Amino acid sequence: MNIPVKSFQLPNGLHVVLSEDHTAPIVAVNLWYHVGSANERPERTGFAHLFEHMLFQGSANVGANEHFELVQRAGGTLNGSTWLDRTNYYETVPSHQLALALWLEADRMARLLPAMTQQKLDTQRDVVKNERRWSVDNQPYGTWWERLPALVFPDTHPFHHSLIGSMEHLDDASLDDVADFFRTYYTPDNAVLTIAGDFSHDEAVRLVTELFGAIPRGSGRPPLASMDVPPTFGGTERVVVTDAVALPRLFVGCRTPVFGTDGYYAASLLSAVLGLRTGARLEQSLVRRQRIASQASAFTYDLAKGSDVLVIDATAHPGITPEQLEAAVLAELDAVHRDGVTDAEVARARALIETSFVMSLQSAAERADQLSRFATYFGDATLVNTQVARYRAVTTADVCALARERLGPDNRAILLYVPAEVPAEDASVEVAA
Amino acid sequence: MSSVTSESAPPRPSGGTPRPYRFPSFETRILANGLRLIVAPAHAYPVVTTLAVIEAGATRDPRNREGLAQLTTRALLEGTRDMDALALTMRLESLGTTLDTGADWDSAIVQLTALSSRIDDALSVLAEVLQRPAFPEHELERLRAERLADLAQLRSEPRGLADVYFSRLLYDGASRFARMAGGDEASVVRLTREAAQQFHAAYFQPNATALMIVGDITIERAVELANLHFGAWDGAAPPVTEPPASQRHLDRRVHLINKAGASQSEIRVGHVALPRLHDDYFPMVVMNAILGGLFSSRLNLNLRERHAYTYGAHSAFDWRRAASPFEISTAVETAVTADALREIMAEFAQIREQAVSETELSLAVSYLMGVFPIRFETTAEVAGGLANVEIFRLPSNYFDTYRERIAAVTTADVLRVAQTHLDPSRLQAVICGDAEAIRESVDALGIGPITIHEPAATEDAAALVGS
Repeated sequence: MNIPVKSFQLPNGLHVVLSEDHTAPIVAVNLWYHVGSANERPERTGFAHLFEHMLFQGSANVGANEHFELVQRAGGTLNGSTWLDRTNYYETVPSHQLALALWLEADRMARLLPAMTQQKLDTQRDVVKNERRWSVDNQPYGTWWERLPALVFPDTHPFHHSLIGSMEHLDDASLDDVADFFRTYYTPDNAVLTIAGDFSHDEAVRLVTELFGAIPRGSGRPPLASMDVPPTFGGTERVVVTDAVALPRLFVGCRTPVFGTDGYYAASLLSAVLGLRTGARLEQSLVRRQRIASQASAFTYDLAKGSDVLVIDATAHPGITPEQLEAAVLAELDAVHRDGVTDAEVARARALIETSFVMSLQSAAERADQLSRFATYFGDATLVNTQVARYRAVTTADVCALARERLGPDNRAILLYVPAEVPAEDASVEVAA
Repeated sequence: MSSVTSESAPPRPSGGTPRPYRFPSFETRILANGLRLIVAPAHAYPVVTTLAVIEAGATRDPRNREGLAQLTTRALLEGTRDMDALALTMRLESLGTTLDTGADWDSAIVQLTALSSRIDDALSVLAEVLQRPAFPEHELERLRAERLADLAQLRSEPRGLADVYFSRLLYDGASRFARMAGGDEASVVRLTREAAQQFHAAYFQPNATALMIVGDITIERAVELANLHFGAWDGAAPPVTEPPASQRHLDRRVHLINKAGASQSEIRVGHVALPRLHDDYFPMVVMNAILGGLFSSRLNLNLRERHAYTYGAHSAFDWRRAASPFEISTAVETAVTADALREIMAEFAQIREQAVSETELSLAVSYLMGVFPIRFETTAEVAGGLANVEIFRLPSNYFDTYRERIAAVTTADVLRVAQTHLDPSRLQAVICGDAEAIRESVDALGIGPITIHEPAATEDAAALVGS
């Protein structure tokens, strides 16, 4: 499986990736800005995500709410998302609308600020606060999104704080903050633009040059605070949260090698052995044989800086106590840490990951996002075509070594949700080192 | 900051000429045993999706054994005559193949995606699970317990509670649709091995099954493999009977599902509406896009962008063969619950009072037409589209005529169907939120009589059980 990739860079630093595929008359446009919650000031948690909302509120030549309407009128789908260290904006449109999609991205990259008003900021602030309520505050276990990174990364680490932000910090966000953030991070030299699908190479180069070429380069973004963390915690961190939940649920986070390293592919295979789909170890042992968990899975965050995180997520069966759940999950981790995994388990994990990867590349939007990802993190979009080989290069011994190194009691952050006896208005948190 | 139009910006592009697109061509064959085979070759990627649709949906559940269709379908993967659950899993997953099962109201679906080099093996396994499941008691016990765990979780989940109560309070108690598709605490305990075996024997039959094969395979090879693995399948299922689907309350009612201290109210407003197969389907799709199906819809622009009450508001028909629910759905900050509800009622009224503008119509129509090829990029999406043609008994040229049927809808059509099929006198409003905080202001809207429900009472096992 090989995706065609051509890359070039504009004089202003914009990295452009082109991948032609004429299977269907559609084209995906994808823009990664190399900024995320990690770049926020400590007193402005949630700002990068709030800023993402502002990108859809118009620009010098686009009216309020016009962005969404223009793309949908063109027959396109669109969205954006904010992550710890990047923010992406993407649309898939019928191929004859490529120019419109690029024009919209260029107008907001170059000329966002004239359209920014206090009213738009106030509205989006309220929208984001409702998003927080919907996905975190009014959703059982919703706070795990914030609590787990806070356990895994130290206080001063850029990945420690809440991605969606606190209500108080959202209230403090100002139009000056919007302008500063835009000038600092939303510049062509801090961005990757990918076009994937049905387009002509020469036409795309002409359009990109015409629309983005005159946008001035930024004056350089401030460096992130140190991303370094030790490869292990040096012990077990543990937080117990009593909350309005029906069943005990346990998250365990282990620090693992960052995305792109050899160790990452071993950790990714390990997480699939432990918790991807039905044949995985945790499902078979905890859910099926022991009947201690009603669900059990594992995954990696795929972070490219500082440290990645391998997460185990298990919910208790009704009637099982939190203590029983925790003991059973940790026993499984101890076993893998001590005894490793088998060839058959690694082969299964690799086959599932490979098939899933190939299947996902049928979508132009997915191809475009992967290309932007590799271009942003490693400066080389063609690395997408090496992923299968990277997974195939990992041996069973590599996976066992990774488990021995990272799955022990010296590298666990435990977050345990316990049902309250009476419905709790506020969650109570007990912290045990 | 003042608004400045930049002279240096290139003018907004007007779009070129659309390039032609056709839904993938497919061929239908009927095997001697009645199995319908639909094959759509697509060789861009080395992937094949096989999707079996069986007339074994939740509407086939016997009364008081709700959840049997879902349990039986899930249990197909728990072992066959020749392989136990683990052997089956390993056989599939070691080849990177995923097999997913599920049952909706009208059908059971078993779907498998594999690299095309593995299609023979994959179809062999699919045939095995469809024709010779073993239903081991030990695994069924586990599946029942997992369903009970899901129900326990539901009690503390406002979104799920709003959905469950909406269906339950919308449909008449005698209707299958008033009870959860997956069954409740009372019905799950009755989902015995015998019941599953009987359900499978009655309904999982070749004359009640359609097999979609989409992807990197030729028609000849697909037919050959289908005959090889399914040709000897033998038996007949009884014809489908549609369940009653009338509305429970024919006057407007408000139901508060109490979740003390909730920071948001999950709101569902709607009524029982059209069945999927209806002459007004296309105008209704366009009407719904304008009302609440697009980001730039009336409901979303009102509740989210104008008033900032919510992260999102939308409307939808939950299509099934029988009369389907029309539902407006949103989650709003508790303090503005009554305000949001008032706006919802106003939008519902407005689209029936006055024809939508040509601008709104053209947005909806051009979106639905333009997005058409984007819906079918993957083999799974194409297979899903073909499955809908089978389930809803749509004409075989459905996708070839889809865009022109959308393009033909006028503002007069939208007004007519809104007036004919949206009925304000029968609206039900179901709100999961802090009853104490919202009751008074909601009552003051005068929508209808209010009832308060308490799902958190754990002694009250009947709380989630349909009456």
